[in-house]
Amino acid sequence: MDRSVLEGDPHSVIEGMAIAAYAIGANQGYVYIRAEYPLAVKRLKNAINQAKEYGLLGENIFGTNFSFDLEIRLGAGAFVCGEETALLASIEGYRGEPRTKPPFPANKGLWGKPTIINNVETFANIAPIMLRGAKWFRSLGTEKSPGTKVFALAGKVNNVGLVEVPMGTTLREVIFDIGGGIRDNKKFKAVQTGGPSGGCIPAEYLDTPIDFDTLTALGSMMGSGGMIVMDENTCMPDVAKFYLEFSVEESCGKCTPCRIGNVRLLETLDKITSGRATMEDLERMKILGKTIKDSALCGLGQTSPNPILSTMYYFKDEYEAHVLDKTCPAGVCKNLITYKIDKDKCVGCTACARVCPVEAISGSIKNPHEIDQEVCIKCGACYATCRFGAIEKI
Amino acid sequence: MPKITINCKEVEVPENYTVLDAVKSIGGYVPTLCYMKLEDIGIENKPASCRVCMVEIEGRRNLAPACATPVSEGLVVKTHSRRAIQARRTAVQLLLSDHPQDCLKCPKNGECELQDLAAELNIHNNPYFGKMSVHKKDISAAIIRDPNKCVMCRRCETMCNEFQTVGVLSAVNRGFDAVVKPTFDWPLENTACTFCGQCVAVCPTGALVERSYIDQVWDVLEDPKKHVVVQTAPAVRVAIGEEFGYEPGTISTGKLVAALRVLGFDKIFDTNFGADLTIMEEASEFKERLENGGYLPMLTSCCPGWVKFLEHQFPELLEMPSSAKSPQQMFGAVAKTYYAQKAGIDPKDIVVVSIMPCLAKKYEANREEMRSSGYQDVDYVITTRELADMIRESGINFHNLPEEEYDNPLGESTGAADIFGRTGGVAEAALRTAYEWITGEELGNVEFEAVRGYEGVRIAEVDIKGTTIRVGIAHGLGNVRKLLEDIRAGKTEVHMIEVMACPGGCVGGGGQPYHHGDFSIIKKRTEAINRIDKSKPIRKSHENPSIKKIYDEFLGKPLSEKSHHLLHTEYFEREWL
Repeated sequence: MDRSVLEGDPHSVIEGMAIAAYAIGANQGYVYIRAEYPLAVKRLKNAINQAKEYGLLGENIFGTNFSFDLEIRLGAGAFVCGEETALLASIEGYRGEPRTKPPFPANKGLWGKPTIINNVETFANIAPIMLRGAKWFRSLGTEKSPGTKVFALAGKVNNVGLVEVPMGTTLREVIFDIGGGIRDNKKFKAVQTGGPSGGCIPAEYLDTPIDFDTLTALGSMMGSGGMIVMDENTCMPDVAKFYLEFSVEESCGKCTPCRIGNVRLLETLDKITSGRATMEDLERMKILGKTIKDSALCGLGQTSPNPILSTMYYFKDEYEAHVLDKTCPAGVCKNLITYKIDKDKCVGCTACARVCPVEAISGSIKNPHEIDQEVCIKCGACYATCRFGAIEKI
Repeated sequence: MPKITINCKEVEVPENYTVLDAVKSIGGYVPTLCYMKLEDIGIENKPASCRVCMVEIEGRRNLAPACATPVSEGLVVKTHSRRAIQARRTAVQLLLSDHPQDCLKCPKNGECELQDLAAELNIHNNPYFGKMSVHKKDISAAIIRDPNKCVMCRRCETMCNEFQTVGVLSAVNRGFDAVVKPTFDWPLENTACTFCGQCVAVCPTGALVERSYIDQVWDVLEDPKKHVVVQTAPAVRVAIGEEFGYEPGTISTGKLVAALRVLGFDKIFDTNFGADLTIMEEASEFKERLENGGYLPMLTSCCPGWVKFLEHQFPELLEMPSSAKSPQQMFGAVAKTYYAQKAGIDPKDIVVVSIMPCLAKKYEANREEMRSSGYQDVDYVITTRELADMIRESGINFHNLPEEEYDNPLGESTGAADIFGRTGGVAEAALRTAYEWITGEELGNVEFEAVRGYEGVRIAEVDIKGTTIRVGIAHGLGNVRKLLEDIRAGKTEVHMIEVMACPGGCVGGGGQPYHHGDFSIIKKRTEAINRIDKSKPIRKSHENPSIKKIYDEFLGKPLSEKSHHLLHTEYFEREWL
């Protein structure tokens, strides 16, 4: 989303920053962009040069005493550098690690000086507010969360892409009206909001109006504005594992709960999705997740257990099925599913045996085939190939 | 002053306090791990990363680290709510789940802060287990790094970067793989590491420990063909008592000597003899440089960590330091020549063991040029801690040992030698001798207060017969860097600079009993050293009768050809990284 603003309308950000700088009396601004967004960098550079040519940046803007310059700092793409204190450390040339707050950047920020640090989207909102007034802005959205929000709608919906809606729009409106509903007419299962450390919200809350507070109350968050829709074929423990893997990968490793705690959570999820977990593991995971939320140093660590805690809360049955029955109700967890050939439906076409990468399927032409469970790696190739619906996933 | 409430008790505390300061101010306690404050040298390690000192603050969504949370009006703190204790225990359990479970075999067994925390927090089982970090061990002549035991407290990084400005150790990798290591995971021996050992001095676990030479020393003590002489550095006698429960600042010289005798060393000598010898050479060199327009300022060269720092960081200044060897190496060289001759022992059969407060001395003894006797001048260097280990291992009851005297001729020393163990001491000792040599007059008050103290850089002016001699003193390599840069920029002019790499000088060395973040211990050792100096009948190196004798019988005079051969050395440019 932020990338699309920088690529599509970099001047909105430059203007917003210049106004903010004027408001606080700053004369130097930085835009921190990951180097993996070369187009955004190129266009922003271009826009900065244009702004300088027009006297909108640089010395004595509009002939006033106010001077403001902008510099681009390229980051190496560490997720944690989205955390404000880590971002500041990175700009200063230090390891991209957050530090404890307070002091907040507004008191002691870049190079130890008071600094305001905002998201691209926030700065892009400033110029329109200056032009049309705060009242206009407040006329949009809800009382506590005024204005609009851009969501990156993705997942199993028919229309994916960036969606700007007034705050207070319901999840259902975004997913079913704008998003055009679930792909292949499948059932909606959950929506994950706020990026990798957001929580998963189930169907019963589809009519919740979206704002900062409601999402937090549901165990998720506004976060980056990501919105990923999941259908009935999604396994929630597997989803939690997917997101946690990301947090583990992106942790800076500074504080104990995030560095080691998240790895222990991930290992437990691995046990669950492979059918090796006990109910004690579930309980322990919940306690550890809550402790990590309560004691990690920065926003990354404090939110990383959200996908687990929210799915454990809303989809408890699914976790219990993995642990007690050793089954994956969504049929996703490889270790918990078995492919079997229905002898009555199998016509002996041999297609499955030919696609099996490990030669687990035997049988002669025109006779029912059989899968050797010892050899089968549960890749699902046979299941996808069979045109007679003879292969069952249990 | 803000009023805050700690565990239902209202207190008023200074504005700049943290919650931890406030808790301590009312006699309370919150366990810490990564936090370390050495106020006297301006060092504070406060990453708030271990999450052990978590406390509950009313109205806040999350727990807060006491060490890094500033106080503010009306703050209500609970230090031991179940929730806070749960978080502390979890942090320690998680650390233990990625920590080798070899406490009983670990060199830090009994001194490990993680081990103490586990005991303190009643961690009798650990629900957390799983994959463990795998990093390779690095063994140098002085320091052993075992990154698998690193808890990312970053204390070593703070000492290496902020205090010493050496910058060898820093956090690398991220997530679970994050650990403190040298660049590119190079062995310390390939880096600009000075082996000062301050990383070892502050490491809470066994991730950084000294390389022990205890086994080698036992072997030579058992070998009937070997004549094993031992030398003890001035800072050892004021610290070793701590290992046996004595108060910091206890002077244990007599028991130290007795213990070494019981352990089976053939001769118990004193590095102090080497220190007096160093002053003879260094003061002569200073006088010569001063009077004949030589290169000034002259830098002291007793501290091997400092010497290596200079070789790496200021290779263009290699002419500055005195060419005099350190007391340890002077001792080694004369033990295998002068003493060997006198005692009629073939130097190949003499083994010189040093007891040092220092890890860099292990490295120094192994420097290739330190072989002027024809053999390695100093064979093994063990630290104050290692000697304490040997004493314990032998079952010697340190308390019951008698007070014994050093052997002669290499055991006699002056008060000037004793103060080598603290910052400002080498300069003071040199001044005591240089003053008399330059003026030809007897020095009344031998105590130069101006060079004493704990400021990182001190400039003292001493009047020597109308000439003002400016002496710079720095402890901590970061401080000497500042001083040298000022000199290079022409901001300061001095005639002589004394440098010690460790905080407070050798008393705060990397091989001393662990101070566990309490700098007052180092100050007490310093005071003890000053007491010893005061109690000595002779307090100027050139008045040491045994020193006079060695020049009469063997060396001739200071800076003689023989002195140059045995007691002086040279320095080499080393790579910066």
